[in-house]
Amino acid sequence: MTAYIIRRILLGLLTLILVTMLVFLLVRLLPGDPVMRYMANFTGTGQQNIMTPEQHDALAKELGFDKPIVEQYWDWIRLLLKGDLGESIGVQQPIAKLISEVLPRTAYIGFLMFAVGTFGGILAGIYCALRRGSWLDNTITTIANIGMTVPVFWLGILLIYFFSYKLGWFPMFGWVAPWDDFPKSCSYVVLPVASVALGGIAGMARLTRSCMLEVMNTDYVRTAWAKGLRERVIVFRHQLKNAMIPVVTSLGGTLAVILGGSVFIETVFSIPGMGRLMTQAIFDYDYQVVQASTLIFGGIVIFSNLVVDIAWGWLDPRIRYE
Amino acid sequence: MPDKPVVSTPDDAMGMAVAPPRRSEWRRFARVFFGRKLYLIGFIIVVIIILTAIFAPLLTPYNPIQNDLTSRLLSPSSEHWLGTDSLGRDLLTRIIYGTQVSLIIGFSAVFASATIGALMGLTAAHFGGWVFTLIMRITDVLMALPAIILMMLIAGMMQGGGLWIVIFALGFGGIAPMCRMMCGMALSVKQNDYVMAGRAIGMSNWRIMTTQIFPNAFPPLIVALTMGIGGVVLGEAGLSFLGIGVQAPTPSWGGMVMDGQRFLLTNPLLSFMPGLAIMLLVFGFNMVGDGIRDAIDPRLRGVI
Repeated sequence: MTAYIIRRILLGLLTLILVTMLVFLLVRLLPGDPVMRYMANFTGTGQQNIMTPEQHDALAKELGFDKPIVEQYWDWIRLLLKGDLGESIGVQQPIAKLISEVLPRTAYIGFLMFAVGTFGGILAGIYCALRRGSWLDNTITTIANIGMTVPVFWLGILLIYFFSYKLGWFPMFGWVAPWDDFPKSCSYVVLPVASVALGGIAGMARLTRSCMLEVMNTDYVRTAWAKGLRERVIVFRHQLKNAMIPVVTSLGGTLAVILGGSVFIETVFSIPGMGRLMTQAIFDYDYQVVQASTLIFGGIVIFSNLVVDIAWGWLDPRIRYE
Repeated sequence: MPDKPVVSTPDDAMGMAVAPPRRSEWRRFARVFFGRKLYLIGFIIVVIIILTAIFAPLLTPYNPIQNDLTSRLLSPSSEHWLGTDSLGRDLLTRIIYGTQVSLIIGFSAVFASATIGALMGLTAAHFGGWVFTLIMRITDVLMALPAIILMMLIAGMMQGGGLWIVIFALGFGGIAPMCRMMCGMALSVKQNDYVMAGRAIGMSNWRIMTTQIFPNAFPPLIVALTMGIGGVVLGEAGLSFLGIGVQAPTPSWGGMVMDGQRFLLTNPLLSFMPGLAIMLLVFGFNMVGDGIRDAIDPRLRGVI
């Protein structure tokens, strides 16, 4: 198991390094001159050709865009290793400061979305599989099928309209940190979390249901029944543990989807989190911030995949010895 | 259908290798596919959407992009069934023309990612060794970023937001899952005895790949393609909602939801209706995908 864990950690690190390359290349190689865009944005005129070539070159030098791309990459990595994310050319602040402000918010609502989505989905899926064909199973399955097709941002808008505007139960948008005013923060967080969690519940419920049904037809479950074991033992010890393997494997992907969904939700509900920061940086062509925030999203997904892999190795001994 | 024996060829049923031709694969396929109400509903939705896209100009007398500032934000009436938006354009007209944008982007992006992804996946599965490792590492990296973040990055960094840029971003985002799926499929097909038989009679690598592995890995690809269209349409709507996708005045459903949000309290239909259109389209394609999967599932053969 230790060897397996070490191997996974090394693989995760390798992926992280490759992600830095991908992000850097995408940001630098896609067409567009960062200097001109920076200037156009900085002056607020939208015009890109207001500089003389000399001014352009001077600015490029100042921003470090004149060096060969490999050298730029190396500079970036060296800074990263020192724990420095660089400086935003748009807001002219250290990026680490910007991110340390917004990341806890995204982490908090992301965690809630993930928890509600996976627990709700797994419970619903287990229920549906055990009571297949019942009216509740049919209802949940139908809702799950529809839940997979709803655009997150649209659901958010719908919830705002009905629950905030028509019923007045929750505030329409905004953000209050739970560490400042917990009860108030809860009312702000309900709708954003619900918008994203529905998709998570839908996907998880479908997956859990089909995995449980598949396991029900296996020989060892039939043997367990034939031995005369009680239903509870069969369901929890024989079916659930095996049915959970694909479900646990999918958790990393689910987290990625939920993080993606939170980007929309932050826009819909005006929550100043990572997603807003990145979207704004893309509009501002703030290269450094785009790089740093993408890297952080990637880091979160890689880390959670690592945790999933280790959990998987624990659930399924075969995987450790591959 | 008459009960005369229909001889099927391997070209039938989407290239599936056909068992002894006792019954037409097509008929079996159709029976499963059209037998379930949900699949049928999905199929009808897809057909209606495609027809809407083709005949859009005949369906509405209005122009989807021309402003008419004298008729801004009208409520639904007999002239404007769903009302008009903030620039006086008929909402229903924009939704109708939006089908064209969604379908063009959906089909092109899925086609692009499927071609590249399938090629990568087949290559990885066939050659194994370091080729496999390399390709899998590439997909690892692409999948380490949430899909929407990757697409935002590409679409946002390529200025302009033209249709092709959006297609490129969405297609790029779809390569890795497609590659993984194709690779897994090809690896499991490779285990089959008929591949071994092919080797035994001295078929070349290339021939085995094209005549044995690909046709047998093809049906799941069709399912993934159909489902992928729904995913891409959702992705496009998302990008356009954030303002990074298809740019105004081109009618994109996601962009329309964003425009409408500003008038949510007075004209909720402006953002409700385009979202409903997205949902219908995605639902339709998902159901068709589910239906095809059930209909070609060999484990269900004989049962249904």
